[in-house]
Amino acid sequence: MTKFLQTLVDGLGVGSTYALLALGITLIFGVMHLVNFAHGELITVSAYLCYFLFLHGGSWWWMPLVIVGAAALASMGTELVAFRWVRNASPFTLLLTSFALERLSHALWQIGVSPKQRAFPKPTWVFNTFTIGSVRFEVMDVVTIGVTLITLLITAVVFKRTMFGISVRAAAEDFDAARLMGVRANRVISGAFAFAGVLAAVAACLILMRSPAAEPAMGSDWLLKAVLAAVIGGLGSFTGAVIGGLALGLLEAFTRAYLPEVATGFDRFSTGVVFIVIAAFFVARPEGVFKISSAERV
Amino acid sequence: MLDVDQITTRYGAVTALHEATLQVAAGEVVALVGPNGAGKTTLLNTVAGLLRPSSGQVRFEGATITGSEPAALVRAGLALVPEHRRIFRDLTVEENLRLAGVTATSHDRRERLLEAAELFPVLRAKWAVSAGYLSGGEAQQLAVARALMSNPKLLLLDEPTLGLAPTLVDVIFDLLASLRAQGRTMLVVEQNAQRVLHLADRGYLLRTGRIVATGTGAELAANTNLFEAFIGADHGAFSPPPDPA
Repeated sequence: MTKFLQTLVDGLGVGSTYALLALGITLIFGVMHLVNFAHGELITVSAYLCYFLFLHGGSWWWMPLVIVGAAALASMGTELVAFRWVRNASPFTLLLTSFALERLSHALWQIGVSPKQRAFPKPTWVFNTFTIGSVRFEVMDVVTIGVTLITLLITAVVFKRTMFGISVRAAAEDFDAARLMGVRANRVISGAFAFAGVLAAVAACLILMRSPAAEPAMGSDWLLKAVLAAVIGGLGSFTGAVIGGLALGLLEAFTRAYLPEVATGFDRFSTGVVFIVIAAFFVARPEGVFKISSAERV
Repeated sequence: MLDVDQITTRYGAVTALHEATLQVAAGEVVALVGPNGAGKTTLLNTVAGLLRPSSGQVRFEGATITGSEPAALVRAGLALVPEHRRIFRDLTVEENLRLAGVTATSHDRRERLLEAAELFPVLRAKWAVSAGYLSGGEAQQLAVARALMSNPKLLLLDEPTLGLAPTLVDVIFDLLASLRAQGRTMLVVEQNAQRVLHLADRGYLLRTGRIVATGTGAELAANTNLFEAFIGADHGAFSPPPDPA
């Protein structure tokens, strides 16, 4: 029971990070029909920003705010510089554009900073633990789940109540009809990128507090998981992205905790099982958990 | 108010609209009729900014609006109720209407929401329901209510009775008549040619992308020979395609 609870919290912690990233992917897919493979680079941007801020007296107390703002701007920047110009091109062109941005980002960090890892301090309380009954919890897991919950609540309010949120949902369903209502295409797309940037920055802060280091290609692993989570949930569905992220996190945690240990690469064994389960899921339900009828698939 | 001057619109190599010219004066109700594929929807979509004409000009209140963004045209006072309604099925009735008031101040938006609730009791009853659950008639009323949220100077309607049962067609025509009585300027595309021509001050007959006849609504409606020549004997009773919604 103890092991089960700890694994559950562990899985929810990782899963909620996936959920935040998947939400950004699904949001941009909704308004643009783009699977944004450059989305993970926002984590890399956040990491290097952390590194530079720490060189100039940074502190974990205020840095997350700066990171959130910077990632939102960086995300809007990718739209302005790259995606806006190919907006009406085929989904395949959009996809290639996002790959190009991802590679460009890797190269720029390698050339501009260093191909090697750059470490910086983590918050002192990160690996503190506390016990309830016989179960021991990590403070960071609780922080991760709490921050994610608050972020998801704010996201839900934004998309239910604000004009921006309703515009994004309408544009995701029928972009031309939204334009006919007076929704400005540039503004709604730019806003969606900014919001996706904020979500990625929150995820990045949670990731970086645990493993405080910047590396040129660090975004790619997270990106793969996030895209998977978004597709599991059904691309374009907000609820689906959250469920997909949590499911993926839990699946990883439980296979790692309960599968028999293999002599070499015990971690890889569980990753293999995770991908087999996902493949089986897609055979049974290729459209994901939630089917979005209006979105066309890439 | 609206001055469409010799516009030609193409889809790739296909010319859907060939040098069409049409005017709508303030306070007028103008009907645009013609067989399927005549270019009626193309004309409305070109005026509303969804399509860009390859030649010709569109002027609205004297200003050239050819190729403007739809969002800018809504702000200028032009609203389109698009073909097949295109309501947002994932949004509630209220959200559909609120979004359509995106160009208004929040004060005006609140007032128009109240007006819409009063004018459309059917919608008020389903205020918080996802629009995807509305019947065809309710959805069409939502589509019109949505266009009115921007308080347009000119209302364009594309096949507002398409796919509706006869009693619901009556409801929509009553609605059009009451909008006319309020002095709304409208350009209406309709399959029910006879009926819309009786409602309209003037009409245009469009066939294979060209305007082939124009006159007062009564003149066009009375000219059955003309109709049979261009549309066929069963004018006014085209069987509409099944409703995709």
